[in-house]
Amino acid sequence: MPLLSLKNLSKRFDNTAAVADVSLEVERGEFFGLLGPSGCGKTTTLRMIAGLEQPDTGSILFEGRDITNLPAERRGFGMVFQNYALFPHLNVFENVAFGLRARHKPKGEIIERVKSALELVQLPGYEKRRVDELSGGQQQRVAIARAIAIEPALLLFDEPLSNLDVTLREETRGELRELVTRLGLTAVYVTHDQEEAFALCDRISVMVGGRILQTGRPRDLYEHPSQLSVGKFLGRNNLIRVMRLTSAKSEVAEFKTLAGGHTIRLPVEGNNLVPLNQPCILAIRPEHVLFANGNAQLENALPAVVREINFAGATSSIKLDANGLLLEALALEAEGIKVGEQQTVVLPPERISLLRE
Amino acid sequence: MAASGRVANAVRWPRLPLSASPRLFLIFTTAVVLLYGVIYPNIHVVLASLQHNGNWSLANYGQTLSQDIVLESILASVGVSLLTVLFCAAVGIPLAFLFERYTFPARRIFATFAALPLVLPPLVGTVAFIFLCGESGILARLAQSVFQLQQSPWSLRGWPALLLFHTYTMYPFFYVLTGAGLSRIDAALAEAGRSLGASRGRVLRRIVLPQLTPSLIAAALLTFMTSMASFSAPLLFGGGVRVLTLEIYTARQRGDAALAITETVILAAISLSALFFFQRYEGTRKFAAAAMKGSIRKRKAITRGGSRWLAIACGIVFSLLLILPVATLVLVSFAREGNWTTQTVPTSYTVANYIKIFSDGRAREVFFNSLSMSAIAALAALGWSFCVASLLTRKGSRKWRRLLSWLILVPWALPGTVVAVSLAEAYGQRSPLLGSFILVGTFWILPVVYFLRFMPLVVRAVQASMEQIDAALEEAAAGLGARWWQRFTQVTLPLVWPGAIAGTLLAFVIALGEYVASVLVFVPKNRPISIAIASELRDFNLGTAAAYGVLLMLMIALIMTLAARLERVRG
Repeated sequence: MPLLSLKNLSKRFDNTAAVADVSLEVERGEFFGLLGPSGCGKTTTLRMIAGLEQPDTGSILFEGRDITNLPAERRGFGMVFQNYALFPHLNVFENVAFGLRARHKPKGEIIERVKSALELVQLPGYEKRRVDELSGGQQQRVAIARAIAIEPALLLFDEPLSNLDVTLREETRGELRELVTRLGLTAVYVTHDQEEAFALCDRISVMVGGRILQTGRPRDLYEHPSQLSVGKFLGRNNLIRVMRLTSAKSEVAEFKTLAGGHTIRLPVEGNNLVPLNQPCILAIRPEHVLFANGNAQLENALPAVVREINFAGATSSIKLDANGLLLEALALEAEGIKVGEQQTVVLPPERISLLRE
Repeated sequence: MAASGRVANAVRWPRLPLSASPRLFLIFTTAVVLLYGVIYPNIHVVLASLQHNGNWSLANYGQTLSQDIVLESILASVGVSLLTVLFCAAVGIPLAFLFERYTFPARRIFATFAALPLVLPPLVGTVAFIFLCGESGILARLAQSVFQLQQSPWSLRGWPALLLFHTYTMYPFFYVLTGAGLSRIDAALAEAGRSLGASRGRVLRRIVLPQLTPSLIAAALLTFMTSMASFSAPLLFGGGVRVLTLEIYTARQRGDAALAITETVILAAISLSALFFFQRYEGTRKFAAAAMKGSIRKRKAITRGGSRWLAIACGIVFSLLLILPVATLVLVSFAREGNWTTQTVPTSYTVANYIKIFSDGRAREVFFNSLSMSAIAALAALGWSFCVASLLTRKGSRKWRRLLSWLILVPWALPGTVVAVSLAEAYGQRSPLLGSFILVGTFWILPVVYFLRFMPLVVRAVQASMEQIDAALEEAAAGLGARWWQRFTQVTLPLVWPGAIAGTLLAFVIALGEYVASVLVFVPKNRPISIAIASELRDFNLGTAAAYGVLLMLMIALIMTLAARLERVRG
């Protein structure tokens, strides 16, 4: 039985659907991500899990029990807000102790638990500090300490790292993941940052326009997006408009690109995916586009002219024109490739995904 | 964990941010106060004005409007108010530009005292003005002795006197609001204008002033309403100018209830339509702040010789103008009674006036009355404001919230005269709401009037403080397991109280010096300070009247300092 399951949740605000028919399941001990562009409904979904918004339809089950109507204060979930929402009139100790005091815990236990929570977030001895004296990163840690001090049944994160600068964000990211794993907690993490979601989460639901488009492990999502919008959202992609040529029965399908008229072959499971003579889209990541170095016998090798080389530190982005079909390739070494040169690029079949529009 | 248990309430209520029972309590309290204090008395007065000899008719209006004196007073009220708005704008706006955008020596002196006339009780201000500018006041005597005149060079009577006094007491509306508006304008916008090649004048005209419009409209509204409600000044030196508030007062003194009621409705209608008109117009002029992050405008230093000296001179002259009336009042309060006849300033000084006040049991009682009635009103307003502000800041039907804010604005928008008359009429006999209890003639009538007149200030303060609280804080508290009362007492209250107390103290000090409504409904049991001042003045005990005024001002200053302190705590 999953720890948390959302069943067909919907929520409208002033006649716009913020969340539409969202269903998902989170297993115990899992670090689960909700990833999507801003305004996609991921925060609203999280707030419904927290009990801060009431869904219009659908239900929320926790450990198999319906908690849809349970007020936030009775759910016992810890939440970390985007702006931390630290109580400005309370010091660090009182902020972390807040949830324990609300539960009328004995004084000794409160002191003990606040202390260990602050140690866990590496802020020991900060009890007496005012929260506005702390740096953004420290405030962030206090917010996390406050959420874990109540020993939450579920931890909810609403873009908790988005107010930190890049270096601090990556550092905190690692610690956060380590902390959640060590405490054996289950977390639902909302973010618009794909890299953050990939680094942190065991599984991710990609949300666009209030709907979940695809749920899966980060690598699966990245390499095999099921839909055009998922492919577009998750990193750079070469999107190739094609028409299917071979009959639906064959194991290896043959496609003709609309631009350039190249033939691309790839194995397809589920033959019913694209009917014959119907336009569809193939996607391949720039880093998977290879250079043949003269070996033209490989599958899906296309002649192309180098149009542009953009140096970007560790890699270089190379823009190619294969007879009107524009492609981007990512190379670690751009040595020996020159603008205007003729090259042979290879699109390995196992790296190509077939997308629904 | 905490999520376990009590899942049984599976009935799907539209879940309220507060649990249902406290919310019902809030709605009930709010509704009762509005029904008793705002809705019933006002409807009662309107209905009473439509009754003539026991029949429904417009006869009262026919009779009232056929009297020349009534028409004249309507025109005078509106005319004085419009001119007051013009004069105050002409004084307040340039001062705000000078003192809020530039910095130079002596700037701070003026900035400190700029809002002084706002906290000066109108009656005390009027008295101080008479001592300073009246035909036998210090300035007139000074001119007389300098120019060797037989008679006073001017008289403080009629339109010029009224407009001078109104400008002095109400220009801060324009000064303060223009200053606040200026500081809100994103300096980058003006810089963008300049970089696009617009001249200074063009930037002012096309960029600064349009963004200032909402502030100017708000200031004009406040000035107009305050002027419509003005009573002390027309009473003491209005001369031949008969304004509506005065007409209502004299009609009631004469015992002409029908006339008083009808005039009250007319005054209320003018005030409310002004409010409506201004708010309508303001709505069309609001600009959403497009910029995410504005750059802060720094005050520019005036360094060039000529303009620098001119600015310093302005600072000193205007500061003196602000302080002079108050200084005069203090001076006169130490004058020996009956000793100040033809000299420029009183010749012999004494503390007898103060001793008289402190030793006289009746005088002490006056202070006790004002303090206790204002405290009752302010505390009641504080408690009630929390109910209203919680309802106003929560999510909920926008229509209801708008209605609620309108109803709360009504007693604020109505002149004190109207509030007092409508309450006196509604609760001066057996009423369907109070049964056999008659409010008029009891001690409680004044606390109730003060509550109604000044609670909008408290509501506004509490509401503003509540809106400043990040909604995530209460959500975080809920997420941590705090119930609604825990959230209220441990999160909302500690964050709101400095602002709330500051608003309450403001209402308290204004109530302390209240005169307009008090004079209509006070009884011997609850004689407030203002009535004592007026009666000393009538008996020509100028020194005692001034001493009362000084003591009142001292109390107000003390409390305002406290409020300013709290204001800083919040910041």
